[in-house]
Amino acid sequence: MAMTKHLPSSTCPTTALPKCPTGIQGLDEITGGGLPRGRPTLVCGGAGCGKTLLATEFLVRGAAQFGEPGVFMAFEETDAELKANVASLGFDLAGMVRRKQIALDSVQVERSEIQETGEYDLEGLFVRLNHAIDSIGAKRVVLDTLEVLFASLPNEGILRAELRRLFRWLKDKGVTAVITAERGRDQLTRHGLEEYVSDCVILLDHRVHDQIATRHLRVVKYRGALHGTNEFPFLIGEEGIGVLPVTSLGLNHQVSNERISTGIPRLDAMLSGRGFFRGSSILLTGTPGTGKTSVAACFAQAAARRGERVLFFSFEESPNQIIRNLRSIGLRLEPLVRRGWLRFHAARPTLCGLEMHLATMFKEIAAFQPAIVIVDPITSLLTAGTDYETKGMVTRLIDFLKGGQVTSLFTSLTHGGHALAQSEIAMSSLMDAWLLLQDLEGNGERNRVLYVLKARGMAHSNQVREFLISNRGIDLVDAYIGPSGVLTGAARVAQTAREQADALASQQEAARHQRELENKRATLERQIAELRSEHEADEAELRRVNAQMDTRMRLLTAERTELGRLRQADALVAAGARSQPKTQRRDGRPRPTPRRSTRTRKS
Amino acid sequence: MNRTVTQPGTRGQEQAPAAGRRRKYVLRLYVAGATARSRQAILRARQLCEAELHRNYELEVIDIYQQPILARDGQILATPTLVKEFPKPVRRFIGNLSNLTGLFVGMDLETQGTTRL
Repeated sequence: MAMTKHLPSSTCPTTALPKCPTGIQGLDEITGGGLPRGRPTLVCGGAGCGKTLLATEFLVRGAAQFGEPGVFMAFEETDAELKANVASLGFDLAGMVRRKQIALDSVQVERSEIQETGEYDLEGLFVRLNHAIDSIGAKRVVLDTLEVLFASLPNEGILRAELRRLFRWLKDKGVTAVITAERGRDQLTRHGLEEYVSDCVILLDHRVHDQIATRHLRVVKYRGALHGTNEFPFLIGEEGIGVLPVTSLGLNHQVSNERISTGIPRLDAMLSGRGFFRGSSILLTGTPGTGKTSVAACFAQAAARRGERVLFFSFEESPNQIIRNLRSIGLRLEPLVRRGWLRFHAARPTLCGLEMHLATMFKEIAAFQPAIVIVDPITSLLTAGTDYETKGMVTRLIDFLKGGQVTSLFTSLTHGGHALAQSEIAMSSLMDAWLLLQDLEGNGERNRVLYVLKARGMAHSNQVREFLISNRGIDLVDAYIGPSGVLTGAARVAQTAREQADALASQQEAARHQRELENKRATLERQIAELRSEHEADEAELRRVNAQMDTRMRLLTAERTELGRLRQADALVAAGARSQPKTQRRDGRPRPTPRRSTRTRKS
Repeated sequence: MNRTVTQPGTRGQEQAPAAGRRRKYVLRLYVAGATARSRQAILRARQLCEAELHRNYELEVIDIYQQPILARDGQILATPTLVKEFPKPVRRFIGNLSNLTGLFVGMDLETQGTTRL
């Protein structure tokens, strides 16, 4: 089992005692495999500690789970009482007797009936035990409790001699025996049975501390084998005894790289943008009234909306109260509860001991199979145990959850002030991420701020943010770092307003410059247009002047030609009169000009 | 043994017919095998019955090795054990019957003087 992995390598396994597994949860781990096979084990404790139950469970599980029939020799209880005990473990004793898995022998010794008349021995006991063992081939025997013989039989000398013989006989027979005995004041057992049973001794205890009763189990002696000598708390639950040893928990879990959102977008942003690792443990510490339950509920709602089951353990408020209170900040948890994504489990911390709380939580988690577990708050369990015990319990819980890659969120109440309490520091070493909610007092008001103190495995923002809860939910706002320190609340609002005004002013300034520039451009363009039109006018003028000059030149040329013609008049007139086309008709109307042919003339 | 006992009321009525018939002793002797102790116990038991009970008895010797179930039914722990089943109350005498000091009181007997205590 898990314990054997932790044995030092120098232990040689071949010389180890063969073990007889008990099937009792946790006991096999503490003893490194079970009770010593073929040897008697002494189980002692005060009244009502669970000795008979442990012995019964050893026998019944041996028959049912390991196929080893057993004999129960009862000196104190009747058959009916035994049946009831076994039925409480969920086994049917009558059926097991019928199937020859268990043989019962109820020894009734009545002191008033007995009279001594001489020498005797206890062969009757041997015969009965032998007969019972042989009748079913038993490998396990329970004797509960031999001390009755000390009260019933008159001669203690004979009794002790016979007991010595009995244990030798049991060893020879090769059965693994469990002997129960009552705790003595000065010695381990009232009548000194530990003298005969020295291979393995288990001590049971039922202590009351601060009005809470807890059961403890300790392996006082285990000859020839390594065992945990510490005291382990155990529970008597519906299926019998359950020991939950911390030492058997290894530190090798599967880890996931998946990140899940916290339900508050800006908080995700503080955690390198994506949120927490799946399967991590998160501690949320805060002074009273800072909103721890609200953050936890945001986380729960986000997860439930993603389709993951959330189990919410509440140790201070009733589920209905939580649902009602969170409705005021815009979190609707009722539909999620109705559809089965979110389940609440509430209990008062002083209702039972830490072990019972832990066992209940394990049972609920195993039944509901959530992906997220929230415990609100873990500090209220401190009232049910000492700091050390609570830390042990939280360790076991976290280990259990990490083994199943379940993300866990624990809220913790602190007293305030800047110095963190010792219990927080102790608890924080178990956690992968630590968020701190604090109250900042100043300017006549208290404002909440949130810090991410640690987040293993990711880059996280180390800047404080102001934490606002409104009826729309939770929001994180950058707290302004001014020359006088962090500004929150009204001071922050004033600062924001001032900054907005500044921004507006500079915006307006820029707009004004822009407008100026526009104006300048318009002016420039107008000027250009003017120049251009001037230039065009000049151009037109120039053209006109050119045209005028051309006309004048033409006229001059025509005039000269006319003059020449007139000067050479006489001879050419006649010739010209024939050759020159008549340009006028007789009546004085102009004759149309004959069209000139386009063919080139030979000249 | 005839014993005159004056009892008031109904006991007197029962006494009358019983007076005619002697009270019968039913004894069972459980021994473990045939050891010397067992043999001694059987011998002394028979002697006692003959001497004190005068054929008004029923003695059964049971070897628990032969019949272990009877050992369980008879709730036998020690051997040898002489169990007086009748008359009530049931008494168990454990030991090899070498010391009969308490036996007579336990068996409601009055010694006739023939048995060595």
